[in-house]
Amino acid sequence: MSTEQKSPKPASARKRFSIIDKHRIIETNATLLLIFSFLVVTIGGLVQITPLFYLENTIEKVEGMRPYTPLELTGREIYVREGCYTCHSQMIRPMRDEVERYGHYSLAAESMYDHPFQWGSKRTGPDLARVGGRYSDEWHLDHLRDPQSVVPESIMPKYAFLERRMIEPTYIVDLLKAQRAVGVPYTDEMIEHAAADFMAQADPDSDYGGLQERYPNTQVRNFDGAPGVSEMDAMIAYLQMLGTLVDFSTFTPDASR
Amino acid sequence: MSNKQKGDPETTGHSWDGIEEFNNPMPRWWLWTFYATIIWAIGYSIAYPAWPMVNRATEGVLGWSTRGEVAKEIAAVNEANEAINARLESSELSDISSDPDLNNYAVQAGGAVFRTWCAQCHGSGAAGAPGYPNLLDDDWLWGGDIESIYTTVRHGIRNEEDPDARWSQMPSFGEFLDKEEIEQVVNYVMSLTGTPQDPSQVDAGREVYMDNCAACHMEDATGDRMQGAPNLGNAIWLYGGDYDTLMETVTYSRFGVMPSWEERLTEAQIRAVSTYVHQLGGGE
Ligand code: HEC
Ligand code: HEC
Ligand code: HEC
Repeated sequence: MSTEQKSPKPASARKRFSIIDKHRIIETNATLLLIFSFLVVTIGGLVQITPLFYLENTIEKVEGMRPYTPLELTGREIYVREGCYTCHSQMIRPMRDEVERYGHYSLAAESMYDHPFQWGSKRTGPDLARVGGRYSDEWHLDHLRDPQSVVPESIMPKYAFLERRMIEPTYIVDLLKAQRAVGVPYTDEMIEHAAADFMAQADPDSDYGGLQERYPNTQVRNFDGAPGVSEMDAMIAYLQMLGTLVDFSTFTPDASR
Repeated sequence: MSNKQKGDPETTGHSWDGIEEFNNPMPRWWLWTFYATIIWAIGYSIAYPAWPMVNRATEGVLGWSTRGEVAKEIAAVNEANEAINARLESSELSDISSDPDLNNYAVQAGGAVFRTWCAQCHGSGAAGAPGYPNLLDDDWLWGGDIESIYTTVRHGIRNEEDPDARWSQMPSFGEFLDKEEIEQVVNYVMSLTGTPQDPSQVDAGREVYMDNCAACHMEDATGDRMQGAPNLGNAIWLYGGDYDTLMETVTYSRFGVMPSWEERLTEAQIRAVSTYVHQLGGGE
């Protein structure tokens, strides 16, 4: 047997795998390896993602969905700021136990105006996708102030400070415009009235006809029972509308989706 | 340098500091498992939804879908309970407890409904919390017989969603009475079940009570279930019986809200949970 091997491959292997043998070129050239790896990952990604943009059944059309009102959107910002999503998901999975506990499983359309979405996969607390209307405003107020006062075994932190932080619609127009930039269909009219709509939703004595016309099914109340608009008003307005827009008594799911 | 000996397999030809690597073939079992997974994957993508096409993904020849699956599971459970649910829905409410089978089913199912939908307000053991009534005792705001409980649960209390919800409102007496009168009546209310803050005000308080409160809470303070006005003479408090809480209650009033369950729960579930609440201890 020879003691020196000069040829890169044993003769027999070279004959059988002469094309595949070229992988040596890639393996010994870091830049090429990088380029090709990137290409492979890109193809993989495109195959998974591109169909979602044109497949008709990705987001089925359902009636009732509308963009968040300015106050609800503000509540949502506070929800994200406080990291409520670290303990709460907002997607009811299509499984019997979930449907029995939380209601109809979530539809893609129900989070189509969520930027960023709040689906989540971590549930220290319950799913909130359909919490709207399930409790009273007073309960939310009691619960956010001091969760243990109503649910003694709760490990949820207290958020009583939300009640003391009064808010103004200073940046609401920017917020709506930012949402529009990422695809939420806010109209010019909605943006023009954003500040007024923001104040009107928490004040049942205001003239809120326009608000309800722009955003059907909007609940107008003094959510925290105290004068002025606080972060608590915004948070409860947001929680109380979650999952309430689609009327499931008139909705028949396409089973094949 | 190579240490290759006779009978050894070929080497890969790579050589690092003279150390070379045998070009052993993959073990057979491994290779066949690998081929099997490829065949499995092809079969799987034919049988189940897999490939994105122009308008929608291939549906798979088995017709499987997540939604179909959950619908099937729910239908199976509904079917299994259909007979007994139908019996529950068609029985007179007051007859449920005398039918052992039906009662047992209603209490078990009702307990599950209670822990899912009611425990956050009424407590997992139904003992309540300030503002959320205890359902274990025999002190009822709106009535403790099974029909009253059923009506309360079905339509809820003071909510805006259900026109049949139970409704009443205690006035905010801060708007009608001056602070002194409120202090007097609070002392009177305290004297009914314990020691008032200031006994000298009780007599004046009784007068304020008879003029302003007796219409709802009754002259003997036993309350009125027609209006959900609590009994003030039994030391069972919904919001609290201490001086400060009573001052707050009378000055600003209270407005306890319970959602309507008609839309969220089925008729059988509402009957089951009413039966469950009724048998907790205080049912009439
Ligand atoms: C540390 C984890 C944690 C965080 C953070 C948290 N929660 Fe919770 N939450 C829970 C747990 C646990 C429960 C269940 C017990 C209870 O009802 O308090 C719960 C319950 C709830 C419920 C009642 C849901 C139901 O159907 O019973 C609501 C509403 C809620 N949380 C809202 C919020 C909001 C809004 C925030 C952010 C301001 C938040 N939570 C932050 C843990 C958390
Ligand atoms: C959002 C909190 C909340 C939830 C959830 C809730 N309740 Fe209530 N419930 C209340 C409040 C508050 C009252 C008392 C209202 C009042 O002040 O009259 C009440 C009253 C009642 C009463 C009447 C008690 C009496 O003394 O007459 C019954 C019975 C009852 N609830 C049963 C249920 C059942 C069963 C469920 C679950 C299906 C449920 N509740 C869920 C808040 C709630
Ligand atoms: C229009 C009827 C009405 C009148 C008049 C009325 N109340 Fe009430 N009261 C109610 C109702 C209804 C509730 C229950 C409120 C709830 O559950 O949210 C209540 C609750 C209360 C409570 C709370 C009891 C508890 O368990 O915590 C007190 C205390 C009370 N009333 C005192 C008074 C006094 C004192 C007056 C007279 C100055 C008065 N009420 C007049 C209807 C009335």
